[in-house]
Amino acid sequence: MTEPIIEMKNIEKHFGAVIALGGVSFDVCPGEVHCLLGDNGAGKSTFIKTMSGVHRPTSGTILFEGREMNFESPRDAMAAGIATVYQDLAMIPLMSVTRNFWMGNEPIRKIGPFRFFDFELANRVTMEEMAKMGINLREPSQAVGTLSGGERQTVAIARAVYFGAKVLILDEPTSALGVRQTSNVLATIDKVRKQGIAVVFITHNVRHALAVGDRFTVLNRGRTLGTARRGEITPEELQDMMAGGQELAQLESSLGGTV
Amino acid sequence: MTDERLKQVSTLRRIMIRPELGAISGAILVFVFFLMIAGDSGMFAPQGIQNWTVVSAQFAIIAVGACLLMIAGEFDLSVGSMIGFAGIVIAILSVQWGWPVWAAILVTFALTISLGAVNGFLVIKTGLPSFIVTLAFLYILRGLTIWLSILTTQKTVIGGVKKAAEGDWLAPIFGGKVFTGFFQWMADQGWIETFTRGTRAGQPVVEGVPMLIIWALGLIIFGQVLLTKTRFGNWIFAAGGDAQAARYVGVPVNRVKILMFMFTAFCATVFATAQVMEFGSAAADRGLLKEFEAIISVVIGGALLTGGYGSVVGAALGALIFGVVQQGLFFSGAESSLFRVFLGTILILAVILNTYIRRIITGER
Ligand SMILES: Nc1ncnc2c1ncn2[C@@H]1O[C@H](COP(=O)(O)OP(=O)(O)OP(=O)(O)O)[C@@H](O)[C@H]1O
Ligand SMILES: [Mg+2]
Repeated sequence: MTEPIIEMKNIEKHFGAVIALGGVSFDVCPGEVHCLLGDNGAGKSTFIKTMSGVHRPTSGTILFEGREMNFESPRDAMAAGIATVYQDLAMIPLMSVTRNFWMGNEPIRKIGPFRFFDFELANRVTMEEMAKMGINLREPSQAVGTLSGGERQTVAIARAVYFGAKVLILDEPTSALGVRQTSNVLATIDKVRKQGIAVVFITHNVRHALAVGDRFTVLNRGRTLGTARRGEITPEELQDMMAGGQELAQLESSLGGTV
Repeated sequence: MTDERLKQVSTLRRIMIRPELGAISGAILVFVFFLMIAGDSGMFAPQGIQNWTVVSAQFAIIAVGACLLMIAGEFDLSVGSMIGFAGIVIAILSVQWGWPVWAAILVTFALTISLGAVNGFLVIKTGLPSFIVTLAFLYILRGLTIWLSILTTQKTVIGGVKKAAEGDWLAPIFGGKVFTGFFQWMADQGWIETFTRGTRAGQPVVEGVPMLIIWALGLIIFGQVLLTKTRFGNWIFAAGGDAQAARYVGVPVNRVKILMFMFTAFCATVFATAQVMEFGSAAADRGLLKEFEAIISVVIGGALLTGGYGSVVGAALGALIFGVVQQGLFFSGAESSLFRVFLGTILILAVILNTYIRRIITGER
């Protein structure tokens, strides 16, 4: 595989007395989907927030395209080409798809001394980009609140890709979705990878991870339990690693192997 | 993906389903009502029209500020106190201290806009709800206003502004009238009535369009264009819709909110200045309850109290409803207390309709 576009070495993050991350190393290459798995509270969200400039790591280094980076804010990370679709606040439901899509990057059309939001261009591009991801909008002025959860995630992903993301971080994009919508989002992830973008995909769900992932890293209580390539690991092994093996094995037998 | 489930949206529905529908219906209802009960009372004669348009314009000026601020996710309960404060400061500076009126007005604007910024900073820095912070300012500013007024003049009303404003270049921008020639011409044609006696005999009963109305129209157009046609407007929606999501994509949410507090203070000061110039005096108790009247206009206009959704044109219609009802009950000779009953009823009806419409538009559940 090619050189990693982003490389995180020994990242630690403390919140007061809480050690959320205790030395995590991780990298992702262009055109690769690297899945980050782990149980609730394992530190997945905290980890990707250090990658996207929301948190500054307590220690450790971040190499982006081979150079050491110190992101001061999400804006810096975005400018470098790291886009994040967050678990809970991907979109503003009260606003239209176009307004959401361009939020923070509104195209400007000058009329004399005045600078207006170029809705004509914005609407057209939004429709086109959404169509590329397989979603045909009724109209671009439709509020995001009228879209389904999966469609919202897709708007967020399409937006990130359109604005030139080199690294796309997805924090549990499938956690609230049904079967059909999940497969749509997974298909979108696959499309994004094929465009040569590096994808970091966080999920609880081993099957979702295995469906699109090239590599898998499991976090547990702020530490990595290791990284495996596709084909090197079975779903069962991954599942065990995520939940700390032992206890789950017991639980599983009592549930008749359905987890 | 779900094309087959999309119903064809009819044009009628498209026209109907808009955030301002509640306010439009309310306005129509109110006009029909008063045409019926007060149609021959002079309410719709030139003087009557001027009467309720001026009152509506006053409401509209503060409603535009309150509307943008509410869409940005914040309230300002200190608007009424700010009006009283601005008026007294102009009067003290011009009448008591003998400053030229234009200087008094400009300094007052600078002062109140800074106070708006302080409101905004406190809300942003403390993370407290703006409801609490600006409620504190409601008391602080009102108290300061009365104290300042008594301290300098031993009174709570300061007169003599009209005299001080004679020949001033800035005062007419707030207190003057425009198109006076046109109105005189209409009077000469016999289209509008003229005074038949006294010093103003031969002059039209309505001399021109008060600057207050020009300010209201200007602010409405400015607010509407800013909100719906510019990048900054998108940021206003985003800041109120979900501040955190907006920050993540680089929207300067704090700046947007603070600027909106400043704009609200600006609108309150326009109101105050126009009022002082019209009456020729300032009083420490002016502007009482104006913050609520502004918020009610905005809510009738379809804005969501929690931010992220609303319309300036809707708020302006809300202000129109407010003005017409208040003056209409006066013309129809109804008990003025009924004004409140009627207003409360319209408020409830408009908000119910707005909520229903908003659910259709935004898919809220
Ligand atoms: N801002 C913060 N201040 C203090 N502690 C925090 C903060 N953010 C996260 N933590 C703690 O860090 C740990 C890791 O949290 P994190 O949100 O990264 O978990 P996660 O793996 O994303 O979990 P989930 O799967 O539930 O989303 C938790 O114990 C959490 O309480
Ligand atoms: Mg998380």
